[in-house]
Amino acid sequence: MSRYSALALLREALRGNAGWAPAWREPEPAPAYDVVIVGGGGHGLATAHYLAQVYGLTNVAVLEKGYVGSGNVGRNTTIVRSNYLLEGNNPFYELSMKLWEGLEQDLNFNAMVSQRGVINLFHTDGQRDAYRRRGNAMRLHGVDAEILDVPALRRMLPMLDFDTARFPIKGGLIQRRGGTVRHDAVAWGYARAASSRGVDVIPHCEVTGIRREGERAVALETTRGTIRCGKLALATAGHSSVTAAMLGLTLPIESHVLQAFVSEGLKPFIDHVVTFGAGHFYVSQSDKGGLVFGGDIDGYNSYAQRGGLAVVEDVIEAGVAMIPALSRAKALRSWGGVMDMSMDGSPIIDRALENVYLNAGWCYGGFKATPASGLCFAHLIATGEPHPTARAFRLDRFASGAVLDEKGVGAQPNLH
Amino acid sequence: MSGRRLPVAARIDRGRPIRFRFDGREHQGFEGDTLASALIASGVGIFGRSFKYHRPRGVLAAGSAEPNALVTVGTGGRQEPNVRATMLEIFDGLEARSQNAWPSRRLDVGALNGLLSPLLGAGFYYKTFMWPPKAWERVYEPLIRRAAGLGRAGIEPDPDRYEKTWAHCDLLVIGAGPAGLSAAVTAARAGARVILADEGAEPGGWLLDDGGDASSALREDLLAELRAAPEVRILPRATVFGWYDDNVFGALERVGKHLPPDPDRPVERLWRIVARSAVLASGAEERPLVFAGNDLPGVAMASGIRRRLVGQAVAPGRRVAVVTNGEAGYSLAAALESREVEVAAILDCSPPSAHDPERYAPARGDWRGGQAEDWRGVARIVRGRPLRAVGMRAVEALEIERRDGSRRRLAVDAVAMSGGWSPNGQLACQRGARPEWSEARQAFLPPIDQPGLHVAGAAAGLVGRAACLADGARQAVAALGEIGLAAAPAFDPAPEDAPPPRALGAQGSGRGKSFVDFQNDVTVDDLARARQEGYGHPELAKRYTTSAMATDQGRMGAVNAAVILAEAQGLAPGAVPLTTQRPFFSPVSFGALAGAARAEAFRPARRSPLHAWSQARGAVFLETGAWLRPAWFPRAGEPDWATAVAREARMVRLAAGLCDVSFLGKIELTGADVPAFLNRVYLNGMAKLPVGRARYGVMLREDGFVMDDGTVARLAEDRWVLTTTTAKAEEVMAHLEFCAQVLWPELDVRLASVSDAWAQMALAGPKAREILGAVVDLDLSDAAMPFMGAAQAPLRGAPGVTARVFRISFSGELAYEIAVPADLGPAVADAIMAAGQGAGICCYGAETLAVLRIEKGHVTHAEIDGRVTAHDLGIGRMVSAKKADFIGRAMLGRPALTAAGRLQLCGLQAVDPAQAFRAGAQVLNAGAAPSLEGAQGHVSSTCWSPHLGRTLGLALVRDARARHGEEVQVWDGLRGETCAARIVPPVHFDPENRRLHG
Amino acid sequence: MASLIDCPHCGPRPREEFSVRGDAAATRPDPEAGPEAWHAYLHLRTNPRGLHREHWRHSGGCRRWLVVERDVVTHAVHAVRDAQEGAQ
Repeated sequence: MSRYSALALLREALRGNAGWAPAWREPEPAPAYDVVIVGGGGHGLATAHYLAQVYGLTNVAVLEKGYVGSGNVGRNTTIVRSNYLLEGNNPFYELSMKLWEGLEQDLNFNAMVSQRGVINLFHTDGQRDAYRRRGNAMRLHGVDAEILDVPALRRMLPMLDFDTARFPIKGGLIQRRGGTVRHDAVAWGYARAASSRGVDVIPHCEVTGIRREGERAVALETTRGTIRCGKLALATAGHSSVTAAMLGLTLPIESHVLQAFVSEGLKPFIDHVVTFGAGHFYVSQSDKGGLVFGGDIDGYNSYAQRGGLAVVEDVIEAGVAMIPALSRAKALRSWGGVMDMSMDGSPIIDRALENVYLNAGWCYGGFKATPASGLCFAHLIATGEPHPTARAFRLDRFASGAVLDEKGVGAQPNLH
Repeated sequence: MSGRRLPVAARIDRGRPIRFRFDGREHQGFEGDTLASALIASGVGIFGRSFKYHRPRGVLAAGSAEPNALVTVGTGGRQEPNVRATMLEIFDGLEARSQNAWPSRRLDVGALNGLLSPLLGAGFYYKTFMWPPKAWERVYEPLIRRAAGLGRAGIEPDPDRYEKTWAHCDLLVIGAGPAGLSAAVTAARAGARVILADEGAEPGGWLLDDGGDASSALREDLLAELRAAPEVRILPRATVFGWYDDNVFGALERVGKHLPPDPDRPVERLWRIVARSAVLASGAEERPLVFAGNDLPGVAMASGIRRRLVGQAVAPGRRVAVVTNGEAGYSLAAALESREVEVAAILDCSPPSAHDPERYAPARGDWRGGQAEDWRGVARIVRGRPLRAVGMRAVEALEIERRDGSRRRLAVDAVAMSGGWSPNGQLACQRGARPEWSEARQAFLPPIDQPGLHVAGAAAGLVGRAACLADGARQAVAALGEIGLAAAPAFDPAPEDAPPPRALGAQGSGRGKSFVDFQNDVTVDDLARARQEGYGHPELAKRYTTSAMATDQGRMGAVNAAVILAEAQGLAPGAVPLTTQRPFFSPVSFGALAGAARAEAFRPARRSPLHAWSQARGAVFLETGAWLRPAWFPRAGEPDWATAVAREARMVRLAAGLCDVSFLGKIELTGADVPAFLNRVYLNGMAKLPVGRARYGVMLREDGFVMDDGTVARLAEDRWVLTTTTAKAEEVMAHLEFCAQVLWPELDVRLASVSDAWAQMALAGPKAREILGAVVDLDLSDAAMPFMGAAQAPLRGAPGVTARVFRISFSGELAYEIAVPADLGPAVADAIMAAGQGAGICCYGAETLAVLRIEKGHVTHAEIDGRVTAHDLGIGRMVSAKKADFIGRAMLGRPALTAAGRLQLCGLQAVDPAQAFRAGAQVLNAGAAPSLEGAQGHVSSTCWSPHLGRTLGLALVRDARARHGEEVQVWDGLRGETCAARIVPPVHFDPENRRLHG
Repeated sequence: MASLIDCPHCGPRPREEFSVRGDAAATRPDPEAGPEAWHAYLHLRTNPRGLHREHWRHSGGCRRWLVVERDVVTHAVHAVRDAQEGAQ
């Protein structure tokens, strides 16, 4: 792997840029691997990277049915944060945040981790108390959190509707270390790093069946032939149920569609990631100038990567309620991502069979978790033990009742 | 610089000059001009600067796909960035500004980026800016952000109006060119309900651009017929942007964008069109040719030049080179020459075998009807390819290479380019279908016959008026047939004029940048680099180079990019597919999508029947969900809300207070099986509730956690009314209906939400009985109306009206809730206040209600946060052990719900009366440092208790019930505060409940 | 989804009038069915890539609970009936 640097750019510029090599190898699949990871999205590729880098496992393949990063890592609103309430969640997301903070040096790939601050607005006393509870829980876990009053918000976000809003803004909770990351680059950076350590990244290789013998998975049938596996790791969020069904497993997961949007390019308009508290809307601005925004899931099971106009209108109503000046901006593109909605809104990183490991149930929050998910999943695969920060993400927590229900809405996926 | 306006016939009204400003300078155009045509006519060449290299850019195309000529219009709340100059009809007073240029569009320092371009190729930013780690946010990123972006959005609210509407039709026709008009006429003649939507200001599409008399006459005839048809609605300036499930189409109508602001007219209207079937006749986008300097101002699409030439009598320059690979260039050359614009040459860059220009003569004769202009001889035809357009701020020459290899330089001030046609089939591919390459059509085609959407004309890859007319009619017949309507085609089958031009990859290899995606400054070299580095898959190339991510979403450049990526791998055109199509076909304003739901109209505000009554008594209102609730009733001289609340709380416990509780959810139940039903939805026994009694009840979710609480009262043998919390009123109603309709349909139960039908008031305090006795005609003695009694009674002075009286208490005082029909609420409230005046009654609001309930340890959804069990709340003993079934019973015994160490409800009291703590603070063991290990729970509610003289709270603390009396720290890290507090039972005040028994 | 739901009581109405609860496949177990049956009912979902029966409620209309049979890949609605009709 040739190292990326300003100097390398200069050297190549002088040579007519003829020396750049493919960022990762795309070899033919070998007949067998120690570990086969299904899913070449952010989580699968990150898992491969940490398996190789931290745990020294390099006889590893990542199988991806589309192109590298063609799943939800290529289709999200790029937000990273660790502003969680519950004890089972917060240390994990904070680990992720710390990994984001060192990602570029670790991968030698600029994924544009941009700690521009994540602000949650609140509009009622009840919401303020809930955010104070969350902020204090974050502080207790060593995560940065501050409450902003209205004058502070006016200085930072003068475009918000403070004066005529149906739900006046009373303040906000900010995590300054939160922000955004260039999502595609995360997949590319992990693919390049994993590949350079010997991992086989194999796109356009769809798994069509899994051969199971007793409590073990022994081989995968793919569109590029049979591949035997020592261990099998599933990282196919959005389609986890489909993959698990190949092993005869039924999961506490439904697939739902979440729409996201980008506006036409604008000169710098909003510096932070801001979420509305009186409707479903969150927004940030990409370095390219587009406002990247989203809202609620469409609410029904779906495997189609598209949503309905009613939700588009709902999201944008909230957007204009929060920022009236947006009225004159234009929404450029909408897309739908299929996500694993788990029954408590929190993910699953656990062993599913004797040599089968499951990374699933990320709901709409999988992107921010990518590095920690990769590291914790790699830890589980390599050691057989859950990573200390991911102990709560057990598959049996639904049966036992030890659920991680951040929203407190119970076992109804479309409410999380 | 002027003189681009030709003295020839066009659709502008020269009698109506219009004055407008661009970059502060006044210009004049005519009615019928777009900003693009008017500015070109007055000699403006540079409209703005490009995204990355800040290259000067003019107008490339003519429609909504225009990537270059984006301007900012308006000021203040009407400031609108990224308006296509090609789509903006000018009006008096229009103010437009160029974008992305500093200090000016003619002299832009950002253009220095162009010199660094070897460094700034595709994806350069992924390889650098990583050192030192913190420099990204502080140094590099702000620079990049400032340089990037297009127009600038304002920060003021938009003062204008937007509308939304629904419409239904048998056939939606999208596009009013030849195919669309033909489809609409075919459907209209069959009596179908038709909506014909067209993006342009005038329907007609190509029939307008053509300029021939035959086309004009045909257009007039067809439109006249449609306008006379009763079931046809023509929507000009309406872009159909999305195709959604159940054949619902989203369309954006630009109602007032071409006119000065008017409060009586919406700016835009969003249409949701429910179409039984539809014909997509959205035409085709002309493909640019890819050669060095193809972005210079003065180089433009032949079709765009043609539209301005025919429509607005605007010449592209004085001497024009036409570069083409098909008929369009020839036809444009003829149109130019017939208007006395010099054509330096037609450079035909089609492959040798692709076609014979001679073939165009008969076809063109047909196209023009009797008005054929003879294209032969009007200009020299050169077969070869373009190498490079040359110039600094505008094109000055075109370097070409003849087929024999000889090169020459044409001195021109305009270049028209035509690289064939890309059908606008995006809409047909928004729901999963993919466009497929057609070798015959040399284009990616959408599926032609999907259920509900049939593609016709140029959108289906056809070329020529007659063929498009015929195809529109044919597809309309097919679409109508699908919904059982018989129709006869309005036009007979006809052949195409000419074979479709070949799709070409990159042309000249002259020095300089050859642009594929103009707006995002993506060049042929960038695509090559993407492939070289392993990003050759079209989706990866798009993401790595940003090709097709501009405001046209690749309508101009995506096909060229796919052909170039294929060529780079030695593959034929079509081997590399297009990237996924998604809404919106053309960008849609937030304003239109939000419609009228903005500012205070964002969501309806719910108001109690006593809202005005409370307002008249000076209530301060606070948001509670959708409700506006009176929070407190300040009196003269009270310095702050806390004083008012403390006074109200004291007055309630001392005498009496009246509080609006209409916000509670109220559900009436009747039916023979209501006792059984209630027994199954509450955790406690409800079956034996006698008439005249009320009972506190708790509902669980099926997973065993607490959902809501409230009271159930049995008013008569066959009538129950239950209350829910304000927050969960909707959810509980839906839940109960699910239970009744889905889980236990065999039970005879009827449910009705009566929340809005009753005004309900809590009358609390030691004087409550005597005050209420003056208002309702009811025996209120303990014997007749004990605690948890319920009754219906006539109002004194209004014997025909029955009030509902419940002796229930949230405050811990002797208290009643009285419910009366909503419209009588204010009068009854007045009567209560009058009756209580002597006793010292006051009104109190939600804040005082909170003080009273916290003092009494009553929970709300601050405590019932969806993660607590009945046992956590200390009401585990309420859970019926006798009932065989109720919602939540099966799951409430799960190990984690019954384990030790759960958070339990308790009271907290500040040790030092001078210290306070707040809801949301964490509870730590005494002496423990703030860390996870010492964390014991959190404070859910707090108040200053005037009766205990200190701050009280309710909290959820680990194993709290075993820790009463223990001192802990209440830690508010956000405020940097710590307060010593003692864990106590939740009931802080009158734990024996003496007061509520009066 | 659907942009429209053909309510058996109210006719085709916009999706905005409806709320979705989710999978209608599982039947509430017998109260004494045991933890595994209840766990399966409450938590496990076949989540098929194809036809799916769901509980929807015409919350902004007749307030009836409906069973909607949809294809979750194409979003085509195959049938809508009142949940009480031939209840599970």
